[in-house]
Amino acid sequence: MAERSFKAEVEHLRKGAGDVFTGEGILAITKALLENGVGYVGGYQGAPISHLMDVLSDAEELMAELGVRFEANASEAAAAAMLAASVHYPIRGAVTFKGPVGVNVASDALANLCSSGVKGGALIIVGEDYGEGSSIMQERSHAFAMKSQFWLLDPRPNLPSITKAVQDGFELSEASNTPVMLMVRIRSCHVTGSFTTRDNLVPPLTVKDAIANPESDFNRVVLPPMSYVHEQDKVKNRWPAAEKFIVENSLNEIFGPEKAKLGIVVQGGMYNGLIRALQRLGLADDFGETEVPIYCLNVTYPIIRDEFDRFCEGKDHVMVVEEGQPDHIEQQLGAFLFKAGRQLTLYGKDVLPMAGEYTGQVMLDGVTAFLKQAAPDLLPGQVRAPNREASQIPDLSKTVPVRPPGFCTGCPERPIFAGMKLVEQELGKHQITGDIGCHLFGALPPFEIGGATMGYGLGPAANAAFDGGGDRRAISMLGDGGFWHNGLSSSIGNMVFNKSDNVVVIVDNYYSAATGGQDVLSSRAENGTKSTGNPISAALKGVGVEWIRQIDHTYDVSKVRDTLNEALTTEFKGPKVIVASSECMLNKQRREKPVRTQMIKEGRRVDVPRFGVDADICTGDHACIRLSGCPSLSLKRLDDPLRDDPVAYIDQTCVGCGNCGEVADAAVLCPSFYRADVVHNPSAFESWRAGLRSRIITWLQARRSARCLQFEDVVP
Amino acid sequence: MNCPLSRNGPELRDRQIIKLAIMAVGGQGGGVLIGWIESLARAQGFVCQATSVAGVSQRTGATIYYIEMMAAAEKQPVFALAPSAGDVDILIAAEMMEVGRAIMRGFVTPDRTLLIGSSHRALAVSEKAAPGDGIADAGEVVAAAEIAAQRFILADMDRLATAHGSVISASLFGALAGSGGLPFSRGAFEEAIRSGGKGVEASLRAFAAGYDVAEMGGTETDTAPEAPAQVIVGPQAQMTLWTALQMRVKELPEPVQQMALPGLVKVVDFQDCAYGAQYLERLEKVVARDTATQNWSLGIAGAKYIARAMTYDDIIRVADLKTRAPRLKRIREEMGAKDTNLVELTEFFHPRAEEIASLMPARMGARWEASPKRMALLNRMFKKGRRLRSHTLPSFLVLYFLSSLKGFRMKTRRHAVELAHLERWLTDSLALTKEDYGLAVEMLKNRRLIKGYSDTHARGLSKFAKVSGAVEMLRGRRDAADWMRRLREAALQDPEGKALDGALDTVRSFV
Repeated sequence: MAERSFKAEVEHLRKGAGDVFTGEGILAITKALLENGVGYVGGYQGAPISHLMDVLSDAEELMAELGVRFEANASEAAAAAMLAASVHYPIRGAVTFKGPVGVNVASDALANLCSSGVKGGALIIVGEDYGEGSSIMQERSHAFAMKSQFWLLDPRPNLPSITKAVQDGFELSEASNTPVMLMVRIRSCHVTGSFTTRDNLVPPLTVKDAIANPESDFNRVVLPPMSYVHEQDKVKNRWPAAEKFIVENSLNEIFGPEKAKLGIVVQGGMYNGLIRALQRLGLADDFGETEVPIYCLNVTYPIIRDEFDRFCEGKDHVMVVEEGQPDHIEQQLGAFLFKAGRQLTLYGKDVLPMAGEYTGQVMLDGVTAFLKQAAPDLLPGQVRAPNREASQIPDLSKTVPVRPPGFCTGCPERPIFAGMKLVEQELGKHQITGDIGCHLFGALPPFEIGGATMGYGLGPAANAAFDGGGDRRAISMLGDGGFWHNGLSSSIGNMVFNKSDNVVVIVDNYYSAATGGQDVLSSRAENGTKSTGNPISAALKGVGVEWIRQIDHTYDVSKVRDTLNEALTTEFKGPKVIVASSECMLNKQRREKPVRTQMIKEGRRVDVPRFGVDADICTGDHACIRLSGCPSLSLKRLDDPLRDDPVAYIDQTCVGCGNCGEVADAAVLCPSFYRADVVHNPSAFESWRAGLRSRIITWLQARRSARCLQFEDVVP
Repeated sequence: MNCPLSRNGPELRDRQIIKLAIMAVGGQGGGVLIGWIESLARAQGFVCQATSVAGVSQRTGATIYYIEMMAAAEKQPVFALAPSAGDVDILIAAEMMEVGRAIMRGFVTPDRTLLIGSSHRALAVSEKAAPGDGIADAGEVVAAAEIAAQRFILADMDRLATAHGSVISASLFGALAGSGGLPFSRGAFEEAIRSGGKGVEASLRAFAAGYDVAEMGGTETDTAPEAPAQVIVGPQAQMTLWTALQMRVKELPEPVQQMALPGLVKVVDFQDCAYGAQYLERLEKVVARDTATQNWSLGIAGAKYIARAMTYDDIIRVADLKTRAPRLKRIREEMGAKDTNLVELTEFFHPRAEEIASLMPARMGARWEASPKRMALLNRMFKKGRRLRSHTLPSFLVLYFLSSLKGFRMKTRRHAVELAHLERWLTDSLALTKEDYGLAVEMLKNRRLIKGYSDTHARGLSKFAKVSGAVEMLRGRRDAADWMRRLREAALQDPEGKALDGALDTVRSFV
């Protein structure tokens, strides 16, 4: 089960013609897919479109009613490959994954798909993970559209525009026999708003119908000589068809006055940011009525030359707002202008930065710089000639600490890294590669364990250069998500085949946890529509790994340490794989907490563990924190003039995972930690026994205190 | 220098849109808060748009939520998807340093921003991991907020919420309502909580607490609990001794007394009144070398650190503290256990051979420590950590027995070692008094470096030796005391002592 449930929201997907839907972008996209008679959907989770997969998964019942097939694909490549159904059959299909990394993985299938061309509309919904909040390298998916030739939609970020783009995308795809990529940026996925719905549409041809009447056409196979024909077909037929459709249906939009000496060309997704800058300069009102003409590219590939030419008519200055680099659009527009021999100044990456997110300030600065050159009289006086300095706000950059993401409270991965840290202290530093997933946080303080990551499931593959061995074995991390995505073949298979002598630690937390807790093959949860419970260790054996150690309780830090120690020092030659399994605490708590509360209410015996620190025993060295970093393990200053440093302190968010006690023990730290189990609804015997113990203990305490001075703090 | 675009400029036309950003730490429930604000605005006939960033970058990291709204009109407004510097009307920061981050990012400006902050701290890893005190200075953030915000409401919203069995999103929502920053009535806010349908009653109570605080302008109504008073009880004979010791403290200069009394309490609590008398003897020697012209700095440092040195952390002390009556009461309170609940305790002990040997009589312990064979034997015996279920009698009795070794403590190897170390440190430090008073004070303060148990303790000792050892290089320099302080602070920056080594290199470079 995914971290977030959309069961309640999914009911809104049943809305019919004329109703108003209010909610998040991803739900709106799902609704639009159903309204457009999609026949099959799939994808691979990853921010920012993880929740789109969750919505689809939660909407499986509704989709089954409509005859729509939902597939939780094994990877982005698998998802893109699924669109093959639209090559031979007039069925609309949609898949989703994140970009650009998901597009990287999918690119092989996408290239083949684009060469073959499609009969049914094929839509690839990409969540572009770029700018603030992104967790990946900063690149663009745009180039994939250019190289494989599919069309790229980048609609304005509001629900009516995004849902319209879904419809436009399918139709454009069918009109040009080309797949279409619908790009939504990080915030667009979770932007809320409203749009008017239409009835859901049963696909005219369902996948069930299609499989009953199979079709094939060798002209669609990517093999010579057809592949040469495909290339010609792309430029001679599909491209012109696409341009015709885009122009005739006005997919791109023009705003503002018709006659002006200047104008701005903007990616649809950046439109709101541009309008905000103009609003702040007094050049647009709350509703986007602008004094500067805007050519809004809801289709960012291909660029329609005729449309652009018409927009440039009578203008002396045109600015391009294009986020990220390279500046594909600006280069294209520059080439158009040059070939047309126009005397027009093109602005873009000169007034705006080449790289990085176009935040509100960047956009304001860029537009201001453009207008200062192109039309200074449009700018408000205070911008042209400021007469007042901004008030000086003290610089806090030295004070405010950075707060990168990290392991959650009670995370089962924390003790794995604590164990690794202890091994490092004992055996020295090792060559370590990371992988994609929460375990990458191990590379951050306080652990600082791990190195570069080369991609999902590629942790061990990234250590392949060291497979030949040496004085110290290399260690690679791999998550269960990465293992099933790509790791089994590309990493583990690679190690077995090349007789690697290195060590792999597979972090098995029962979910694809970093993307929001979706199930994977080895998940322990019962899943009505998916096959779970396939152990990683069985797969390892299957590909020929002989040295496998399964740790079923990662919180046993000593065991993690000793097992890793063994893997690093054993005489055994060949890949050594440790599977460290414990459930993701975020998901475990979400599952268990309501059950526990219910049980307490019902009067059943429940034992709730939590950790604590004896403040008078803690000396304030914080060694425990350097082996933990748990959010619930914090510090507090004591009201004691004799103390200089704050002491460790565990707040009430502690889930009693046990890491603190294990680390204190394994690292021989200090005796200030204790675990307190609060027993709710104890049995009569337990209560009687506890009373007896308490009487004896109290008597012993009284006996001792009668003989010496007692300093007691009394709260007045 | 460019002038900020003012919200009030006549030529600006975006005056209808209200822009509100929330800065929180992942897991604080910022999503719930933004959801409430959104449903509130929609219910009040506003059009609005909320955005957030979901995904792995949320996990315990700094996150931001953003919402824009305006009264519904015939046309649809164009909202931005993220806050811009200098363009935020209301900023809610769910933690003290997030208040700072909001200011740093320019989201709080004097011309327009209502800043609602929670003064509680969720410490960042970098603040917690330092071996010393790495906690960021909240005072600087408050000072900056006073300048940056048009209006600033600050209260411990986390405490207000937990006091009412709820979470911070509810008290912040209350503070937003109480601030009057949004054109909606209190009832409308409460309706948004009710329509959410989860934990409504607790949320409403926390909401009310937040509302009241904000309405008062950000001062919390209930004051902090008064400092506890100390009550001293015991057998008559010891009380007499104690009174005598107290009288001796009163003989000390006033500023020293303030440190000497808690020091004395700590030492007597650690052992007995006779030991307390030893403490005062040592302290009186220090004070004899001190003068009022130096503000009694030497005496104060002596009072503090001699007490610390005399109350070393041995097994006996730990066992004593773990078996005291008030402890269980305190734990029950901290864990929120009700009378009908039982509380079971597990203690994590992992004494090494060194700790066991240090419990032996002084000469025997020294012999064992000197013999690798015997230490190996002890190591084998105590290789595994001990988990004591201290609510059960067998475990409690073990601890109780260990605590009863107090009478034997003065004869242990550990005491001999500690005493020798203490005397050497005190003598070395005081020897400097005439020559360089400031340096002598800093030498006393170096005692701060010794803390922890096992390896941590050993590391602390070696850092202490390193820092104090630099005295020979520094002696005679006018800035010797200052450098000694810098060395100590460097030693507290990281566990391995990298910063300290760097600082020592610097010292070596100029002597």
